[in-house]
Amino acid sequence: AMDTDLSSQDRKDLDKFIKFFALKTVQVIVQARLGEKICTRSSSSPTGSDWFNLAIKDIPEVTHEAKKALAGQLPAVGRSMCVEISLKTSEGDSMELEIWCLEMNEKCDKEIKVSYTVYNRLSLLLKSLLAITRVTPAYRLSRKQGHEYVILYRIYFGEVQLSGLGEGFQTVRVGTVGTPVGTITLSCAYRINLAFMSTRQFERTPPIMGIIIDHFVDRPYPSSSPMHPCNYRAGEDNGAVYPSVEDSQEVCTTSFSTSPPSQCVFTVTKAHFQTPPPVVTDTLKVPVLGLAFSHQLSSSRLSYQPAALGVGSADMGCPVLFAGGLNAAHPHQLIGPGKEGGVPPVPSQPAHGTQADQERMCTPLDGVHYSAATPSSSEDTETVSNSSEGKCGSPHDLLETIFIRKVGAFVNKPINQVTMANLDIPFAMFAPKNVELEDNDPMVNPPESPETESPLQGSLHSEGSSGSSTGNTHDDFVMIDFKPAFSKDDILPMDLGTFYREFQNPPQLSSLSIDIGAQSMAEDLDSLPEKLAVHEKNVKEFDAFVETLQ
Amino acid sequence: SCPLSSRCCGPPGAAPAMNCRAEVLEVSVEGRQVEEAMLAVLHTVLLHRSTGKFHYKKEGTYSIGTVGTQDVDCDFIDFAYVRVSSEELDRALRKAVGEFKDALRGSGSDGMGQISLEFYQKKKSRWPFSDECIPWELWTIKVNVVNLANEQERQICREKVGEKLCEKIINIVEVMNRHEYLPKMPTQSEVDNVFDTSLKDVQPYLYKISYQITDSLGTSVTTTMRRLIKDTLAL
Repeated sequence: AMDTDLSSQDRKDLDKFIKFFALKTVQVIVQARLGEKICTRSSSSPTGSDWFNLAIKDIPEVTHEAKKALAGQLPAVGRSMCVEISLKTSEGDSMELEIWCLEMNEKCDKEIKVSYTVYNRLSLLLKSLLAITRVTPAYRLSRKQGHEYVILYRIYFGEVQLSGLGEGFQTVRVGTVGTPVGTITLSCAYRINLAFMSTRQFERTPPIMGIIIDHFVDRPYPSSSPMHPCNYRAGEDNGAVYPSVEDSQEVCTTSFSTSPPSQCVFTVTKAHFQTPPPVVTDTLKVPVLGLAFSHQLSSSRLSYQPAALGVGSADMGCPVLFAGGLNAAHPHQLIGPGKEGGVPPVPSQPAHGTQADQERMCTPLDGVHYSAATPSSSEDTETVSNSSEGKCGSPHDLLETIFIRKVGAFVNKPINQVTMANLDIPFAMFAPKNVELEDNDPMVNPPESPETESPLQGSLHSEGSSGSSTGNTHDDFVMIDFKPAFSKDDILPMDLGTFYREFQNPPQLSSLSIDIGAQSMAEDLDSLPEKLAVHEKNVKEFDAFVETLQ
Repeated sequence: SCPLSSRCCGPPGAAPAMNCRAEVLEVSVEGRQVEEAMLAVLHTVLLHRSTGKFHYKKEGTYSIGTVGTQDVDCDFIDFAYVRVSSEELDRALRKAVGEFKDALRGSGSDGMGQISLEFYQKKKSRWPFSDECIPWELWTIKVNVVNLANEQERQICREKVGEKLCEKIINIVEVMNRHEYLPKMPTQSEVDNVFDTSLKDVQPYLYKISYQITDSLGTSVTTTMRRLIKDTLAL
């Protein structure tokens, strides 16, 4: 009976609006739980018809999941679309935090104009959703995720299940929009009983590096509707091509909208080896493997597994942090997260498909260029051959020589005498043999560290020492050069990388050696009673001081 | 004329007209939290009351630009909010809120005041009558500035005010969702009577911001009056 009152064009429009509203709702919710600040640009000229006149980016994976859950249907009475937000700790405990429900009830508003009023009210509702997603407790939790827990999302369609939210959960209504076929309602039910974890708990504990890699190997929830970390690019569809969102090419047929959307959805074709999941290029750029590699670096400095390169995150077992912020002034520049162990900012990337992705895979961390040595190339030894960009193919194609040699700032010789790579870099045996006086320069070749082992020294040199001297046996996969970000040598002739390399092997601190250490400790213990006596005398002064601090 | 308005055609803080709905929010904050708390509320309201720029075409149709949004973290409150991505709008609000904060801190103030955001329509009148401003929505935020004694109290205040602001956002959204009166979408000749078209990237409804400080005697004194008195005494 409802359909007869609505013109077929209006009905088509309404269905389209509801469908895209559902997709945008999911995007807003998931993006609000990524743990990053979201920023999109206003655009005065309507060159693209961003749905509902709002700049909401589309993460392809999220659209894909939403469409999968909806399976071509629309929210209707008894058939609600739900986005479940949950938290999973590094130990594997998980807890549902919120259920966002997009429902339809039977109350119809026959008088309302579809192409105009309904559309504008849906736009208003999305704005309300943007605001409300920041005020539920899960927002603050999600901003602190990454070290001890991650936030996951799951989309399902059908009956709303609130039982996982614990006792006394609260509901907030985002809003409603009446339509001729029913009233759309959007609400959120959220847990308030965060018994075993509070935001304060996570604020206090320091981040634990490496935990993300170690602990998230298994895909959770083999059920039909799998969980997805909000900041985890799922690896299950390794190399899958997410279809370009062809429906979003559909234009709003309303009178106040013009040309097709300009959203650029990036589809990845299978490269020479497995590619990481696709990313949207002109919107949210993701250094997909960036964080993983920084962890790899810190634990085993000079080893590099190209098998990891391009493998989907599932195989690496690492939900990589999703740096999802866009600088309003430079829409193509990614703002990296400023967390400990975070990824340094990635510079502007070209917005073109596979090339961009391959480049990013090859240089996952800004400033760290992976290459390996081949024996042959030795002609130009003074310049850097940064061959990694744009030349990624099979892992073996990465093997190219890269040597730099810069004179240390404190080295007492003119630059032009230095022509060759230092002996203390790996693969020195492949370097041309006209090494000069560096061998005798203590700044360049520091004296051997004394044999005493301290745990500190052990951790600093564990992989390094083995790597440098026997590096040639590690075949192709050794990092030759460490080019840290932001190190430019226009001021000093020495760059940070060189400095770092040169001072890798400092002599042992005398206070760390056991004999001297023990001695000074004994002295300290002896002098303690005297010190205590002095302090006791001044107790009143200290108390007064403490008073002033209150 | 009032420097705080987007378009001003009447005394600020005038009593709302008959069909104007009025909403009042109250917050208690520490001095350094005033700006962020006010911006959070004002930006949330304006997020809902701004559209993309209209571009009129032939036959009375128009297209609408796109509104971007961005997250803002507060420094002195455990709170984050979403605002429209428009630097011009942000600047205008910051200017108004800054003046309000200064006035609150000024002498004679016991830390109580209110800031109002009024949406209005212009009704053109024939000469010699000036245009009428007809408000249709008025948001008033009453502020009470508290002084805290030590760091522990400040920390608690950070959290408490954050929670309070979450409630305010929910309240605002509830009001917005009522879908009550909104000005009709204007024709091209009328658009400046309904919207502020002076910004380059977004188009809020015509609005004006005004504030009042309650002085220690408990009476309300408008900003213009205060300035007059101060200037006179300074002579």
